[in-house]
Amino acid sequence: MHKLTKATLALNGAGRCYIAVKHCPAAKTISRGLVCTEHVSDPGKSEVYDVIISGGGMVGSAMACSLGMEPNLKGKKILLLEAGNKKVMDKVSDTYSTRVSSISPGSATLLSGVGAWDHITGMRCKPYQKMQVWDACSDALITFDKENLQDEMAYIVENDIIVAALTKQLDSLSDNVQVKYRSKVVKYTWPMSYQAADSIPWVQVTLDSGETLQAKLLIGADGPNSMVRREAGIPTVKWNYDQSAVVAVLHLSELSDTESSLVWSTSHGHAEELLQLDEESFVDAINSAFWSNDNQSEFIERAGSLFRGALSVLMPSAGSTRQLPPSVAGIGPKSRVMFPLGMGHASEYIRHRVALIGDAAHRVHPLAGQGANLGFGDVACLTQVLSQAAFNGKDLGAMQHLLEYETERQRHNLPMMAAIDLMKRLYSTNAAPVVLLRTLGLQATNMLPPLKEQIIAFASK
Amino acid sequence: MYSDKFGRLMLGLCCRKSTRVCGVRSAFSWTSACKQRTLRRSAWLQVKQQALPFQIRAHSASHTTLDPSEVKRFQSLASKWWDEQGEFGALHAMNDLRVPFIRDNLLNVHRGHQPGKPLAGLKILDVGCGGGLLTEPLGRLGADVLGIDPVADSIGTARLHLSHDSVLGARVRYRACTLEELSAEGEEGEEEEGVGQFDAVVASEVVEHLADLETFAFCCSHVLKPGGSLFITTINKTNLSYALGIVAAEQLLRIVPRGTHDWEKFISPVELERLLESNGFSVQSIRGMLYNPVSGKWSWTDSTAINYALHAVKLIEEPQPDRAQADNPDPEYRAHAASTHN
Repeated sequence: MHKLTKATLALNGAGRCYIAVKHCPAAKTISRGLVCTEHVSDPGKSEVYDVIISGGGMVGSAMACSLGMEPNLKGKKILLLEAGNKKVMDKVSDTYSTRVSSISPGSATLLSGVGAWDHITGMRCKPYQKMQVWDACSDALITFDKENLQDEMAYIVENDIIVAALTKQLDSLSDNVQVKYRSKVVKYTWPMSYQAADSIPWVQVTLDSGETLQAKLLIGADGPNSMVRREAGIPTVKWNYDQSAVVAVLHLSELSDTESSLVWSTSHGHAEELLQLDEESFVDAINSAFWSNDNQSEFIERAGSLFRGALSVLMPSAGSTRQLPPSVAGIGPKSRVMFPLGMGHASEYIRHRVALIGDAAHRVHPLAGQGANLGFGDVACLTQVLSQAAFNGKDLGAMQHLLEYETERQRHNLPMMAAIDLMKRLYSTNAAPVVLLRTLGLQATNMLPPLKEQIIAFASK
Repeated sequence: MYSDKFGRLMLGLCCRKSTRVCGVRSAFSWTSACKQRTLRRSAWLQVKQQALPFQIRAHSASHTTLDPSEVKRFQSLASKWWDEQGEFGALHAMNDLRVPFIRDNLLNVHRGHQPGKPLAGLKILDVGCGGGLLTEPLGRLGADVLGIDPVADSIGTARLHLSHDSVLGARVRYRACTLEELSAEGEEGEEEEGVGQFDAVVASEVVEHLADLETFAFCCSHVLKPGGSLFITTINKTNLSYALGIVAAEQLLRIVPRGTHDWEKFISPVELERLLESNGFSVQSIRGMLYNPVSGKWSWTDSTAINYALHAVKLIEEPQPDRAQADNPDPEYRAHAASTHN
């Protein structure tokens, strides 16, 4: 499967509004110790876990595996709570599922470290070496490819396969890590910080079955609408892109490896229309989006080709050949889905005895294929921090090392998120000056291999 | 944190717990150990220093065995000991140095640890444990730890903090007693004289408050197994430590009440080494520690001018309480002592 990222979304005009919902904490001077709501009268009945991970998606399961395999954490009690069912995949289904992720080499390293990568490659995954991005409003394009084609740039893997592989690995770690499926959390009770002598110092998690569990550290991996984050009162900066993504599986006409995954980000209205179309019309819509020249203006074209000419005088060897976009022959049956897009970032990733990872901490536009990778990066960093803390005999929920995790990840995530958001805004418009700017910028970047290498390196972490 | 005589002296001093201290990291908060004890004692002028009327069972206490009326009293204690940003912040921060120091030196001697519990199977005594700041991390690393402190209220705080963690509570115990009492008990219980029970003794920020170091060294030697380790962190006796620790901290800035520290009681590493070696120890390493008041973190440093940490090992031969052994010129003896170390 190839994934060709379409840099332009300009089928409709720009017109996006963003809703910045910023919950300002009442006073920043309030220390991060949280408000205790009640005393539990019989603590002896609840089981105390060292770590509870709330949310068994890709990132939550990876966190559970990673902690379970960490030698310094051997003997600690780890629990993963997942509201859904256990995802077992004995046989890989013939039809590709529509939700896929681009897994960077850094994430692949993490997954292989927890022993899930072998399962994934055994099931189904597709490495790719080349990525081409082109503008609908001009002829500008940029290609990324690894010089030596032995190295993969990244892998496209279906989300279901990742989760199934991690689940399989968790089964083998059952002496360290417990998993509770079909367990929905209804309430979190936060501990007071050191002061109160009488109350439980652990986080209490109440399930819908009525069971209460206690944790020395709660890790929130419960997705972009994280309950952990909400209940902890962590302020979040977020806005909606006025867009939805339509995903589908495509059958391409010319390649032998014929299936491909589509992620089409467009306005809500258009996305709904696309879902309503019958298969043929949908295929036509895709093809026209790839091939049409409607949005190109002469001025931009001329400017673009002049610039390209100038650049090729300066650097004749740079720039790779342009690969024409594919033409789509058909789509996978019943494979079209849409979901809304937005950006979100929790201003704090941690509290006393709480840490957020994955989409709960940060949510990005899929255009750069980085969402899952940021989450896996969080997993790697938090595991390392907790391992070191355990080796120093520290209380796992203590703020000191959690702060290190937060600082390191925010330093890495924020620039990435800013870049993705910038790209999104840059390419969401038809306005001539912006188009000109991005055309020239894209062409220039395409001609600078060192710059492209930097970009790839940053995205591969 | 171990000096009855000193403690009684401090009772009756006015508490000068200045709120500016909170959150203000001075260069001298390594003395917060003493400071807090003083302030705490001052704060309860009503509290009798004698044995408290309740009995707390020594093994892992769930909070139901504590007398509820005592819980309130511990509340103010708990807030001081275990507040990582409070007066004892520097002691909490010192764990980043002392725990790895103890752990790594013990691992050098006792190889073959199990992952997740590097100190499993080792018995450690924490002298002057206070609220258990160092005792708990050592317990988490798998060791069986006994924390002793003559101040019963500190022990109460420590037990309370431990009470919620039943796994840790199985490995960590506290007793309100002095080292001499413990050592004397050991003597009665053992058939052979001087058979120690502990693989390691830790005396962190204690030695600078003791009147009688000889007895201390003797008792440590007594409770240690042969080849066992002794870990001490304390303050050097130099002009610099006088200037910073006494003059600036006590007299100028008044962060520490006057008289908390007696510069005469500070001991230089050389002196301490001599003292220990005359009591049957061999000093393995001495490292300087430095506190950065801005970041609130400790770091290792080459200079032992202010704070330092020391690791000594009890020699295998039976130590004599007198000085005859220090004069022993026998090269074989010294060679044997050297060979027991890594």
